[in-house]
Amino acid sequence: MRETEVLVVGGGPAGMVAAIEAAERGAKVVLTERDDRLGGQLIKQTHKFFGSQKQYAGSRGIDISKLLEEKLSNNPNIEILTETTVLGIYEDGVVTMEGANKHLKLKPKRTILATGASEKFLPFANNDLPGIYGAGAVQTLMNVYGVTPGQRVLMVGAGNIGLIVSYQLMQSGVEVAAIIDAAPKIGGYLVHASKIRRAGVPIFTSHTILNAYGQEFVEGAIVASLDDKWQPILGTEKDLAVDVICLAVGLSPLTELCWQAGCEMKYIPEFGGYVPRKNEFLETTVPGVYVCGDAGGVEEASAAMVEGRVAGISVAASLGFGLNIVQDLEAALKDLDQLRSGPAGEKILKGLEKLFARGKQHVS
Amino acid sequence: MLAKTGIPTVEQVCQVSPSQERLAAGPVAVIECFQEIPCNPCWEACAKGAILGMDDMNNIPQLDLDKCNGCGTCALKCPGLAIFIIDSSYSSTEAVVRLPYEFYPLPEVDEEVIGLNRAGEKLGKFKVIKVQKGGKQNKTALIWIAVPHELAMELRNIRIERVVNVG
Repeated sequence: MRETEVLVVGGGPAGMVAAIEAAERGAKVVLTERDDRLGGQLIKQTHKFFGSQKQYAGSRGIDISKLLEEKLSNNPNIEILTETTVLGIYEDGVVTMEGANKHLKLKPKRTILATGASEKFLPFANNDLPGIYGAGAVQTLMNVYGVTPGQRVLMVGAGNIGLIVSYQLMQSGVEVAAIIDAAPKIGGYLVHASKIRRAGVPIFTSHTILNAYGQEFVEGAIVASLDDKWQPILGTEKDLAVDVICLAVGLSPLTELCWQAGCEMKYIPEFGGYVPRKNEFLETTVPGVYVCGDAGGVEEASAAMVEGRVAGISVAASLGFGLNIVQDLEAALKDLDQLRSGPAGEKILKGLEKLFARGKQHVS
Repeated sequence: MLAKTGIPTVEQVCQVSPSQERLAAGPVAVIECFQEIPCNPCWEACAKGAILGMDDMNNIPQLDLDKCNGCGTCALKCPGLAIFIIDSSYSSTEAVVRLPYEFYPLPEVDEEVIGLNRAGEKLGKFKVIKVQKGGKQNKTALIWIAVPHELAMELRNIRIERVVNVG
């Protein structure tokens, strides 16, 4: 049986940083990624990141990904397995995976789950017509493969993803007919909303999509205003001629491996669904199994990277590696606190409060 | 209202507008950032120490109008593209608005482009006087647009409309 000190599942922002932090302290790390390249969602992020310099603020996601990839490939302690999907975590600690058409077995001393999140969908009439995409798919088409999804788009969702993807569509020369959101207020950063609005795209809050229509593919959408009980108001229907409907209505943590590992799970609406209970060092209730990034609760990529730092330092510490572990860990936890301390982080703090409801645990 | 439409209110714009005297004195930054979010590249970028109040990165940046010389580094760096440089000393009839721009193709110097306000409404046609590229890494450009003085606090975006000769 092959053994390693640390297994990191998922090569997105959280997993990449976790692998680097653990390996830089001396741990032998195997990093698996089911895609054919590392970077996760970072490789589609053409906008400049918020946060501070420590979280690569001002850099574009795509450049951050390159930077992290360089650090990974320069570190002899890290083995990267792309196109490798982790299939199972067993009671005896064995992790099985499929890669290069082979079934692999690995026994890590510590496992960091950084599996990310998946997009939520929205029920409405004809939502199975071709031309209806998740925002992630639109980004993959445009920013990874250089293909625009259509001519004129209705964006559903005015959170950061909806706003950012709208902007990227416009940069690609695609018209955005409107951005709608059921909530009475724009959920994403208002600076994103302002830059889209001043390019002429209307944002309709308290609006929903009633149905899509079209013969072979999307030819339009009917949207309507919502009252304060989130019910459509009769007579407010608008007909938008669009050939693409893009859904950016939230994310759910990808937690299959957490469930399988036997982690105690808790439903936290603020985090997008079920997430594993964890202590502040990101260890779950299964000793040796850690979680970081969106898999532990949906948040911004900047926070995912700092969580990766926390998880990477924590596993290194638990294996006896590192010199200034306490200092490093405190610094990372402080950065995380700072990111979440403003009004934009309120939701996350509320989620954490619910998650820690039974009191904080500590790494032994 | 900003949180419903994405358009800052007149009051919000007034709050960040420099005085007429300061505007007349030369280039100055106008920071149209009205929401507390965890973000501080403007503060990290300013060599003059003119951006204040960022000991907590969630704070809204405050500008020391006397220290700011309108160099534009913050405007190039701001991830939200929320900073504009206004130079009302450009001429007796015109001011220059330098705005962050991330669309290709970039406009050309002397090209007439359509000016838009914060709601994306057309204000007319205006001349590009300079295209300041943001560099290989940053990529955001600052486009310098000459506008009548009364539009210096109105014009916030441009649209390029070129006649394409087919055939």
